[in-house]
Amino acid sequence: MNVIAVGLSHKTAPVEVRERLAVPESRLGEALHRLCAYQGIKEGVLLSTCNRVEVYAVVDDVDAGFARVQEFLADTHLSLSSEQLTPHLYWHTDGRAISHLFRVAASLDSMVVGEPQILGQLKDAFEASLTHKASGVVLNKLLQKAISAAKRVRTETKIAETAVSVSYAAVELAKKIFSNLNEKTVLLVGAGEMAKLAAKHLINNGVQRVMITTRNPQGAIELAQRFNGTSIPFDEFRRAMSEADIVLCSTGAAHYLIGTSDVEDAIRRRMNRPIFLIDISVPRNIEPAVKDIDNAFLFDIDDLEMRVEQNREERRREAVKAEGMIEEEVAASLQWLKSLDVTPTIVALRKRAEDIKQAEIDKAMARLGHLSTEERSAIEGLASAIVNKLLHGPLVTLKTEANSAGSSMYVEAAKRFFGLEAGPDAAALPAKRRPAKDEEGTAAPGRAPVVAMQQRDPGEPEHKRA
Amino acid sequence: MPATFFIATLVFYFIGTGFFLAYLLRRSEALSNVSLGVTAVGFVTHTLALLTRMLEAGQVALASFHEAMSFFSWALVLVFLFVEFRHRIHVLGSFILPLALISLLSAAALPKEVPTLEPVLKTVWVHVTLSMLGTVGFAVAFVAGIMYVIQDGLLKSKRFNVLYSKLPPLDFLDRLNQQSIVMGFPLLTLGIIAGALSAEFARGSYLSWNPEQLWALVTWLFYFVVLMGRLTVGWRAKRAAYLTIIGFAGVVLTFIGVVMKAHGAVA
Repeated sequence: MNVIAVGLSHKTAPVEVRERLAVPESRLGEALHRLCAYQGIKEGVLLSTCNRVEVYAVVDDVDAGFARVQEFLADTHLSLSSEQLTPHLYWHTDGRAISHLFRVAASLDSMVVGEPQILGQLKDAFEASLTHKASGVVLNKLLQKAISAAKRVRTETKIAETAVSVSYAAVELAKKIFSNLNEKTVLLVGAGEMAKLAAKHLINNGVQRVMITTRNPQGAIELAQRFNGTSIPFDEFRRAMSEADIVLCSTGAAHYLIGTSDVEDAIRRRMNRPIFLIDISVPRNIEPAVKDIDNAFLFDIDDLEMRVEQNREERRREAVKAEGMIEEEVAASLQWLKSLDVTPTIVALRKRAEDIKQAEIDKAMARLGHLSTEERSAIEGLASAIVNKLLHGPLVTLKTEANSAGSSMYVEAAKRFFGLEAGPDAAALPAKRRPAKDEEGTAAPGRAPVVAMQQRDPGEPEHKRA
Repeated sequence: MPATFFIATLVFYFIGTGFFLAYLLRRSEALSNVSLGVTAVGFVTHTLALLTRMLEAGQVALASFHEAMSFFSWALVLVFLFVEFRHRIHVLGSFILPLALISLLSAAALPKEVPTLEPVLKTVWVHVTLSMLGTVGFAVAFVAGIMYVIQDGLLKSKRFNVLYSKLPPLDFLDRLNQQSIVMGFPLLTLGIIAGALSAEFARGSYLSWNPEQLWALVTWLFYFVVLMGRLTVGWRAKRAAYLTIIGFAGVVLTFIGVVMKAHGAVA
């Protein structure tokens, strides 16, 4: 029995290939049934997002398994052949497969390292496999472990804490000037994409009042509807700056739209309340000298990019820590996987029975005092007979099921029934038992579709709850 | 007993300051809890030191400079713990604790014996308490001002370092600055009035026109102008930060002057 991972991601395949392989949520059940129908595939999980399509499977034979999964992937789209896929696929077995799964879950393999969506997508994929009974003992455990390891990475490192997109960096900076964005007003000058995205982030972070101006009055009115704000005629926006705490400027103008005197005037009328100006236009639309005015904080595209680069650096540092954690978790899971083999379980079961028998005989002998040799051997014989008869069924079942599809289930059952958890002290503590599925095992219902393209900006940090 | 508690407090504040300064310079947040714990313990021993001293003396022991400085330090830590509890701004401790430690050290350097007061001066503690509480307000405003100027400078020069990430948003600091002055100023005003009344009872004159008293009045007037400027013509943000830093320097100079002159009891 082996665990394999086969798939492709943004690192190995262009979007033209990825989009053809992607399996929409509505067809996930059908796909999982098709996957598990292949000879030799015992369990399967299919993860399909816009950045990766991969299959995790438990197979009897590694090479046959690889071939079957490749066939399965090629079959998902009419225009794809198995050969076409080969150069884009990666193939992992056992330790490396588990490690890959864990790294994906922890967002270490993501395009934007630390982005939070992948974990939800993996939970959905797991949920689907559970619903369609495609995953079993092995993958259930591994996915639960992957999800909890990912959560550990998220809480114990700062991998997802900082903004790594320009538009979100603007929000992060705004929060260093204003503690409460709820009472703040944003003035959007021009309709550049990046500025609109930044405005959206600011609104998501509490900003309630938005003023919009564009050279084309119709554009401002449309945007105002979209952001639930008010439109302002373009030649009057400088006056409105006195009400704006945050000015987002992004137009196609080739000259400065906002000069030092405009900002000085605005600050005077604001009674020195700070104003945060973000100039995302190239060429710049806000006179650079504005940065020297007291209580005016001007950031241009380069400043934001620099901030993003620093944050990426920080994420990379944190990713190194995360890799270490993942290694530990993978090692533990691999240990568990090995224990699923039938032979060590039979040995452990025998040893456990023998230990109990011997302990009970010793106790009985001590209590009975002096006995003749015959009496002693009768008692020992009795104990052995009970133990052997009791173990007969389980041992025969384990041996006969050793090569069947359900072997891991029997092994796991035997370990639980007889308290054979790994580790020498586990036998002494049979009560130490984990629930079959802990809270991380299932995803919350009603989550967004697995293959839905990312709605959130991946650069947006996920803030930890205190 | 009071002496033991006092020494213990010194030690705790010293360690707390060390931890808070280390917290300021390190990326990790882990140290904040240790620093806070040590400070809280120090605050408890400090409270005990003040109480036992009063019990032993049988009077409100707030008459000597030693007592006044110790009380100032205690109130400063109290305000810090209060703000910390409400807003979780650990970094405030990195600025306030050193100040509390310095005032406690200066208390340690001043004569510690309980002064025997003439009956007319029995109520001098009202003047001391109010003035010191007002001064605590100015001290917090001073700290908020320093933090504001640092954060303002970091934002302006786009240096997003560890300090930048730990300091709170600018408008929080500006609000803290404002609230501190708004609370400190009336307290100091009452303290000055109480002092003048004490002086009237003791010496028959509200004001003896000595340099320290004049300097104190100048300081009071300065804060009055700062407060009015903020409320009427928008002296906030960076300007308020600078003004409160300058103002507190004036307060410290006044105090040093008074101590130098009187070396002993307030009168």
